[in-house]
Amino acid sequence: MIEKQKKFTLASLVLVAAMLVLVIVLDQVIKPTDSMSMLLKVLQKGSIYALAAVSMNLLNGFTGLFSLGHAGFMLIGAYTYAIFTIPSDARDVVYQYYDAAVRLSFPEALSSVLGPFGTLLGVTLAIIAAGLVAALVAYLIGLPVLRLKSDYLAIATLGFAEVIRAVFQWGKLGPVTNGSNPLKSFVRINSFQIHLGGVSVSLSTFVPVLLSTVCIGLIVLLVNSTYGRSFKAIRDDEVAAEAMGVNLARHKMLSFCISSFFAGVSGAGLAMVLGISQASNFKSAMTYEILLMVVLGGIGSISGSCIGAMLFIAASEWWLRGLDSGSFLGINAPGVFRNGFRLVVFSVIIMIVVLFFRRGIMGDRELPDLLSRRRRRRKTGKGGGSNG
Amino acid sequence: MAENVLKIENITMQFGGVVAVDNMNLEINQGEIVALIGPNGAGKTTAFNVVTGVYQPTNGAVWFQGEKIVENHPQGKMKQQYKGQHAGEYGQVLSPTPDAITKLGMARTFQNIRLWKSQTVFDNVLIAKHCRTHTNFLAAAFRMNRREEQEQRRHVAELLEIVGLSGVKDELATSLPYGKQRRLEIARALATEPKLLLLDEPAAGMNPQETNELTAFIGEIRSKLGLTVFLIEHHMDLVMDISDRIYVLDFGKLIAEGTPAEIQNNQRVIDAYLGVAEDA
Repeated sequence: MIEKQKKFTLASLVLVAAMLVLVIVLDQVIKPTDSMSMLLKVLQKGSIYALAAVSMNLLNGFTGLFSLGHAGFMLIGAYTYAIFTIPSDARDVVYQYYDAAVRLSFPEALSSVLGPFGTLLGVTLAIIAAGLVAALVAYLIGLPVLRLKSDYLAIATLGFAEVIRAVFQWGKLGPVTNGSNPLKSFVRINSFQIHLGGVSVSLSTFVPVLLSTVCIGLIVLLVNSTYGRSFKAIRDDEVAAEAMGVNLARHKMLSFCISSFFAGVSGAGLAMVLGISQASNFKSAMTYEILLMVVLGGIGSISGSCIGAMLFIAASEWWLRGLDSGSFLGINAPGVFRNGFRLVVFSVIIMIVVLFFRRGIMGDRELPDLLSRRRRRRKTGKGGGSNG
Repeated sequence: MAENVLKIENITMQFGGVVAVDNMNLEINQGEIVALIGPNGAGKTTAFNVVTGVYQPTNGAVWFQGEKIVENHPQGKMKQQYKGQHAGEYGQVLSPTPDAITKLGMARTFQNIRLWKSQTVFDNVLIAKHCRTHTNFLAAAFRMNRREEQEQRRHVAELLEIVGLSGVKDELATSLPYGKQRRLEIARALATEPKLLLLDEPAAGMNPQETNELTAFIGEIRSKLGLTVFLIEHHMDLVMDISDRIYVLDFGKLIAEGTPAEIQNNQRVIDAYLGVAEDA
């Protein structure tokens, strides 16, 4: 059985690697002018949202803590990343109304020592810093908030997320956060290119996909470890978990901080994809969008969250775009297909999904469980994984 | 070193004006099977909850293996409301959470089965091993605890063998029949490597045959694993069969203590269970 599991883990790793290679190839084949170029945009944004959804699922689906503070932690990640990657010569333009307080740029500082590799290392460091700052803030918020349960926890975290947004827009903090003005000019996904003998290979889709694949892989490893199992025990029955020696306060805090860490990382990823980070983008509506992806995909299913995020982004950014701009599926009706009609259709689709797939697309199963029926019955804890 | 594993000392548990457990004193020695019986609502489960840390007692102390683990005295509004005895004798406040008490070596089962419903039989027992792991979450996520994990899995497989559930280890816990769920709960408690096992009505809802099996099973795990067992039970057959000593609780007060034979002939116990004729 152990042999089989090893084979299975290997197979899923190969699959993930193949997916990453495919992404690189797609990135080269599809030109920005193609009609398929939307696919790349969906992959970029969708993969980042998939990470956000999976990190929310870790908390809501696996630990059973209903928290709605995700947009706040993503905001912290996006700002931390942006602040530490803006090049020094662009800083005064970005902070046009303030005197920038932070003048350290990780990629710049490291590239002067290590060259192009330093830039990569600097970006990685900035992303990790984004996660760490988000996790630190989560720890401070968690101290009072994690004593609450279910709806009360949701309301409290929602409130804190709004507080975070308000603080980042506060004029007094302008030298750091640029007030309510956007941060831009930092390292974004278009900056990643490899030059091989005159041919430049664009990595602008590969980078966000790789980032979220690595992070989701880490979450999968955690969920299937002894800590992940005790998170599930807390979700299933808190009283029993505590009686069996699971320290509730410690494990809830751990789950909250890890979830926020990856929310921060996904915030950084979102900043890289959009090329801008502005507090007004991270409203509670964003949390609801992510929650919707989690619910659509299936609460407690990591592959479900990924599928949910990809479908949501594809539908809202690509397939249903026409509903807002006049013509859809060849029907030209500018009178009906006006701004906002997309959201109406979207709501109807969501209602249908909720009515007919009540536990989400995947329920609490993972992709491999579907592929082989034998595995579904023999649910072994270790190894395995989902394909980001 | 005190010989008794568990010592409940002058424990009073008062909820508002209701005294659920009144000045309870109880001792359990190494290797014994001790039963706590009493009519419905006598406060048996409350006593269990005090011992396992779910409730903080109003007054009194609990000792485990010669060490004081729980202690409290009436505080705040309870100072005026307190109806029990020995007020002012306990100065310290010690109230560990249930998980800390479990780590000391005391594990329990629940009156109404509380298994982790979405988990398999194997995982249910494996999760209970979590409190004995020494790895942090990073080491666990990066699989640096492989040896410990394998050791735990081996121990879980062994436990399932002992309780006779290894044939169904990959089934969902909730798909098992009732009697097996009870056994699984005991297996889960055993996985925390306890010295004292607390069973809250282990035979509730079982038919006579299942009860007999359970009686044999409890005796078996006691001798195999060198456990001390403290149980609450309503099935008198089971209680009289396996208990070394019995405590009887009625309206929160201990009314009798002794061997099964002594308890069977105790007039106060008979009165508590059958009632006393009003004008006789």
